[in-house]
Amino acid sequence: MAGNQGLTVSSPRRGVVGVIHTLMARRAEQETELKATVEMKADGGETASFVPVRRHAISSFLYNHPMLHRVALLALPVGWMGLVYIVALVALLVTALWSVNEYTGQVEMAWTAANIVSAFTDALYLNVTARTLFIAVLVTVVDILLAFPIAFFMARMASKRSKKVLVIMILTPLWASYLVKAYAWRSVLSGSGLADWLLRPLGITSPGYGLAAVILTEVYLWLPYVVMPIFTAFEQVPESLLEASGDLGAKSWMTIRDILLPLIVPGVVAGSIFSFSLSMGDYIAVGIVGGKTQVLGNLIYTDVGVANNTPMAAALALIPILIIGLYLTLVSRTGALKRL
Amino acid sequence: MDAITISSVTKKFGSFLAIDDLNMSIRDGEFFSMLGPSGSGKTTTLRLIAGFEKPTSGTIALHGEDVTRKAPFERDVNTVFQDYALFPHVTCLDNVAYGLRVRGVPKAARYKRAHEMLDLVQLDAKAGNKPSQLSGGQQQRVALARALALKPKVLLLDEPLSALDMKLRQQMQVELKHLQRELGITFVFVTHDQQEAMVMSDRIAVFNKGRVQQMGTPSEIYDRPANMFVASFVGTTNFIPESVVSKNGMESGHYSIRPEHILFSSPSASISDKEHVSIPVTVFDSTYLGTEYRLLVRTGKGTTFTVVRPADEVVPERGSQVAIRWRKDDQVRLASVKGE
Repeated sequence: MAGNQGLTVSSPRRGVVGVIHTLMARRAEQETELKATVEMKADGGETASFVPVRRHAISSFLYNHPMLHRVALLALPVGWMGLVYIVALVALLVTALWSVNEYTGQVEMAWTAANIVSAFTDALYLNVTARTLFIAVLVTVVDILLAFPIAFFMARMASKRSKKVLVIMILTPLWASYLVKAYAWRSVLSGSGLADWLLRPLGITSPGYGLAAVILTEVYLWLPYVVMPIFTAFEQVPESLLEASGDLGAKSWMTIRDILLPLIVPGVVAGSIFSFSLSMGDYIAVGIVGGKTQVLGNLIYTDVGVANNTPMAAALALIPILIIGLYLTLVSRTGALKRL
Repeated sequence: MDAITISSVTKKFGSFLAIDDLNMSIRDGEFFSMLGPSGSGKTTTLRLIAGFEKPTSGTIALHGEDVTRKAPFERDVNTVFQDYALFPHVTCLDNVAYGLRVRGVPKAARYKRAHEMLDLVQLDAKAGNKPSQLSGGQQQRVALARALALKPKVLLLDEPLSALDMKLRQQMQVELKHLQRELGITFVFVTHDQQEAMVMSDRIAVFNKGRVQQMGTPSEIYDRPANMFVASFVGTTNFIPESVVSKNGMESGHYSIRPEHILFSSPSASISDKEHVSIPVTVFDSTYLGTEYRLLVRTGKGTTFTVVRPADEVVPERGSQVAIRWRKDDQVRLASVKGE
């Protein structure tokens, strides 16, 4: 019975794990004794024993019940998605249809479409929506313009080592709190801050707190989210495609226009989804560096926190949801999502 | 005039010497193969001709014109890539028409030509499909059509058949050979498969360690290998041990004998004479391969010989004591390996 010793596990561990280990070891011993008695006479007359097959009750049960396997795998994430995404959204929509008692300030479950109508028609709200949209689009465009050369350099020009360093450098700001970064920009842009000190020799003053500061800060905050997918897209284009294009007579700019750009569109789209939707929903950066700038985010925040008008906040929250939904539909029309 | 002239070309990647002072001429209109193991420099040579790599020193001329400093898009050669390098985002037709497009050929004319080329490779029916909808063999043909659409004087092929299964590969070998004869242009074919090189080529250059070990027709390479590397890399061969060389009054050096040149005789007849070498051996393995028997025999000193006999011949059984015998005229005297 040579070769069986290795299979018996002695377990000096304590606690529950130790107990389980001891049980398993005992069982393994029993099985070993049973199965290893099967021996084979090899050609040369030497005896060779089989390594016994171990039974895995749960694994083999699941192997024979693939449907149960799938249910066990997906129950948790599907439950979570259902609860958080669907239920929360439906709750929001329902809340938007309630109203606030003008005298008591209490939310009443009296059905009305007034909040939604006002959110989509009031001049103030339309104005703020337009501003939010403007910020989101501008931030996205600037981020893509910045991310492009960075991602290109990282993916196709940098050496393997500097590529790693660059990826770390791009991702490091994500480790710092979002709030800290926004306050850092607040101090940079303050009246006697870094921006002012750097720009003064050029005869320019710091933009101060306002729309420009919001755009600047958000461009900075979302840049890593835009660089990474574009970088990945650039990296995934096989070198041979670019070589083939050159081989067929395309000059470098033609190769970029005809081959490289179309192939990284999915990456650009993925990045733009991040920066666009994050900008649409932001209210903290706006609150810190925005001065008097109002966007949908802080309007909703004020409605919930200050005015205690949850139904109005819910109605306003539908605007960015709708815009982002529209954006995703547009994007998927171009077929870019298929290649994500 | 020669299609390609490579003069004193050296290529280093960092400290790795990929090509070591290469001098080689490829004739106009020939099917020329570069054969060698991976890392031997054959693909680098192809990439130098295409312009994807610049030589560290030396010059490359195409039809007498020095192109050493020219970009790929300025060279009148086209390449079929190992991974086909088809543009995944456009149809097969647009893939084939791309070279004409970047050269400013009007739409109607370039599509007409692209259809002709797809017709040539019997794939015009798939013109509107994306490359991903095609099988590997079909993609390979589209890549071929795309490279030929520009009517290059030289077509470079970088192991284009290596991803195909055996049957398809053999079929494509014959088709490529016919295509080359039909078009009358120079084909430069890189492969690590010696049989493939033998089947298709007018001439073969055998590469190892950045040097050409031998250049010649398939029969020259097979029947008169220049050195030990070529003898062992192209086909199967037996190196004749020192003791046999000295015992049979041959000039000292390296000798080889092909397995099909060895005959069996009875052990009592194992006497060498002026024209023959004979050695007593034991058969320790015999394999029937349909068209032939492949036997492994061992001498008293433990040297193994491979012997190949036609299937209709009676061959000794495993374990039998026989003698092997060959004509001295059939053995080849070998130089040491270049670059070692």
